[in-house]
Amino acid sequence: MSEIALIVNGQPHKVDLDPTTPLLYALSDDLGLRGPKFGCGLGQCGSCTVIIRGQAIRSCITPVQSVAGVEITTLEGLGTLEKPHPLQQAFIDEQAAQCGFCLNAVIMTAKAFLDKNPKPTDAQLQQALSGVLCRCFTHVRMFRAIQRAAKELSR
Amino acid sequence: MTAPRAGGPQMSQDARDAFERSGLSRRSFLKTSGALTVGFCVWGTEETHTAFGQFATGLTPGSPPANQVDSWISIAADGSVTAYTGKQELGQGIVTAQAQLVAEELCVPLARVTVIAADTAFSPDQGYTSGSQSHPTNFNHAYLAQAAATARQALVRLAAPKLGVPPEQLTAREGAVFVTASPAKHVSYGELIGGQKFTLALDPAAPRKPYSEWTILGKPVPRLDMPALATGRFEFVHNVKVPGMLHGAVVRPPAVGATVSAVDESSVAGMPGLVKVVVKKDFVGVVAQKPWQAIQAANKLKVSWTAGSGLPKQNDHYNLMRKQSPSRDALSVDSGDIEHTLASAATVLKATYLHPFQMHGSMGSSCAVADVSNGKATIWSATQGNWMLRGSAAILLGMNPEDVRVIFTRGAGCYGHNGADTVSYDAALLSQAVGKPVRVQLSRKDEMAWENYGNAFVMDDRAGLDAQGNIIAWEHESWSAVYGNRPGANRPGNVITGLLAGFEPEPFRAQTPAPPPRSYNNNGNAIPSYVAGCVDGTCSGTGSIKSERVLTHTVVSPFWTGPLRSPARLQNTFAHECFMDEIAASAKADPVAYRLRHLTNPRVIGVVQAAAKAANWQARPSPKAQSRTGVVSGRGMSCVAYEGDNGYSAMVIEAEVDMNSGIVAVKRVVVAVDCGPISNPDGLRNQSEGGALQGISRALMEEVTWDDHKVTSVDWSSYHTLPLGFAVPQVEVVLVNQPTERATGAGELAITLSASALGNAIFDATGVRIREIPFTPARLKAAFAAAASKATA
Repeated sequence: MSEIALIVNGQPHKVDLDPTTPLLYALSDDLGLRGPKFGCGLGQCGSCTVIIRGQAIRSCITPVQSVAGVEITTLEGLGTLEKPHPLQQAFIDEQAAQCGFCLNAVIMTAKAFLDKNPKPTDAQLQQALSGVLCRCFTHVRMFRAIQRAAKELSR
Repeated sequence: MTAPRAGGPQMSQDARDAFERSGLSRRSFLKTSGALTVGFCVWGTEETHTAFGQFATGLTPGSPPANQVDSWISIAADGSVTAYTGKQELGQGIVTAQAQLVAEELCVPLARVTVIAADTAFSPDQGYTSGSQSHPTNFNHAYLAQAAATARQALVRLAAPKLGVPPEQLTAREGAVFVTASPAKHVSYGELIGGQKFTLALDPAAPRKPYSEWTILGKPVPRLDMPALATGRFEFVHNVKVPGMLHGAVVRPPAVGATVSAVDESSVAGMPGLVKVVVKKDFVGVVAQKPWQAIQAANKLKVSWTAGSGLPKQNDHYNLMRKQSPSRDALSVDSGDIEHTLASAATVLKATYLHPFQMHGSMGSSCAVADVSNGKATIWSATQGNWMLRGSAAILLGMNPEDVRVIFTRGAGCYGHNGADTVSYDAALLSQAVGKPVRVQLSRKDEMAWENYGNAFVMDDRAGLDAQGNIIAWEHESWSAVYGNRPGANRPGNVITGLLAGFEPEPFRAQTPAPPPRSYNNNGNAIPSYVAGCVDGTCSGTGSIKSERVLTHTVVSPFWTGPLRSPARLQNTFAHECFMDEIAASAKADPVAYRLRHLTNPRVIGVVQAAAKAANWQARPSPKAQSRTGVVSGRGMSCVAYEGDNGYSAMVIEAEVDMNSGIVAVKRVVVAVDCGPISNPDGLRNQSEGGALQGISRALMEEVTWDDHKVTSVDWSSYHTLPLGFAVPQVEVVLVNQPTERATGAGELAITLSASALGNAIFDATGVRIREIPFTPARLKAAFAAAASKATA
């Protein structure tokens, strides 16, 4: 166990963990965050995605020690219930979820992608989301929501 | 009036508060609302059990009686309404729809309604939330709908003496009762009953709000949970934390049928955070302070296992199912003349269809938290049946059901009986062993290797045609494999954890030969839509073919099985609807016109016509006349009367097939759905879109695989699913509203049709019939090659 300093959504935290512990457990267990989730633990589905240095990172396979002191953004860090981020608002407006478990994967992956590609084609967006799963298959609405947010964000 | 806005920044503070209570901090709500609900735990009476007669598992002591308004509705002094229901949110939108229902029938603003779903401390036992039963159960003239209607009637009657006019001169709206002629005179619900019980039985005669007056129900009300989901504030069962909570991990056998020979606890001695190694017969798990510590200890723990029972060769298992003995045989219909009619037919067609084991494959592996201490147990679980879990967990733990509380807490979409029950047992056993709350989330592998899969099916179909090309006889015979199931209230051995802990699954009941059918029941859609469905002289089918026989054989599965979205209905419909297409092609008839020629039920006919019209269906026989090289295109139709009478749907799929690679690209899906009066059109669209695509994923790539000893499809690289990155087709949902009919199921309509509609589209495009799921490129290429060599032979 060792004390590790994390910066999550702008707030400093200290966690006392085995340094090889995947970041996901620090976020969801130690810090009690509800955005990043355990889906597979293998980096295959995207449920655990967070944004670090502008990249969508799979926190279930990222040792916590490797991101000590680096700014980490989770789904909670994008917006709030009162003031959702435009991407989050687009998902609400398009009713783009069923069970909602994968929303963290989809929104965080889309966020990192749109930040670099503000006006994506459908094909580019598809490519960006090729490693993300939604087992309710809310695909149609999710693409609509992301394109809606892209328009909103690039206005 | 426009639809009330329950989500987004416009959400009222009331709605926000209600939402906070229902989704974000449920436990604190239950704590603060205890006074309101304390009188609820009235023991069940004979009447209760009669009222619950339709729930096979209904005799649950402690359930609030279903025939009492107070079991369903309470109104606080501030006028806020709490509705209690046994039909919980699985992601299908039913909690929002039930809030709409209560708001509508009770005449209160939607924002004032909070729905508490499936907590055994509060909610009536409504069996499982499954089988497309929530909409028909709670939205017709019974249970939640009738409780709300009875409550409104009672409030009007209570208001009459206060307002000094008879009830018929009063109007209920916006949470108050008004003198119709002088609305300045009114009294609020809070003033009338706030904080008190109704002490009133459900009145079957209490009038329901007529469809023409709906302002909340029937509208595309946004999901109440959406803002919290999108912003990462929603509490899934995975997020539940209770004081002093420890973390568990389980060690599952390395092979099917393997049992524990020895557990070497010294192999994990001194591991950081380790609290305990727990062994109960073949159940092995560890408890630690932190989740990662528990996972590491479970990985390191040295357990010796027996070799296991072995598995049949995957490439031969369909043949083995067909030959397997003993079997449980049943006849759904049997006109007694099928062989004679087939012998007299001008043409006889036959075909065999194969459907593999498939998995629920929830996005989040299953998770539960249990606190078994001081003689009581509380389980936070994403189970579909909280009262059932209460009973079966009590047996597992050796406790009285009265001492077990199950708090439904939402999980990742389950699509049926996924790992929610088994992980609840895992958490309960580990918690019992350490006397502290324990959270368990399964590994991806443990989820996928041991869940109760959707059944594999072998289906033989035969049909006879007369000289004019009309179908005069249809026979369907199937073999499906089962082992275990939902645990119900008393069979913990029906899932892996229960078996490992020493409980037996439900014994297999053999029955050969099948007795004659006693009554018409098409619950599993074993009976095709085109036959008359006659039993003892009464014909209840949806088609015209009089010579009919449907025989099913159930055999023992090597794997755990249980309901997977549209169980048996999807598999049978795959065979029926592809076979119908084969017959139409043989008769050189247009597949839509040919279906209509043999259908008699106006609602099936209605959805077929609606889907064909929306798809701009051009009448012609299949396959399409075109060159079979490069990328070819085609279209397919499929339809179903779900469970015989629990929803009606038809689908058209347009697809392209690359003849060289065997790759299928679905371009367009049109699906017409009729579930009676539509409670929430946007929710219905969402379910239909998702169902259609999930069905396409299952048809194109989903299949459980195994070797001689174990399941080998144990993660997302070995069990394939369409990712978000696939070229998503255009999906159009045609809503066929039937305001004067009964509410039926809706969530399993579209998915039932995808495989057959796609199979028919592939045939239309390529001229080759693929009769086995999944439609993988390799399978298609092999079929194209076989068809080509047959053509040149």
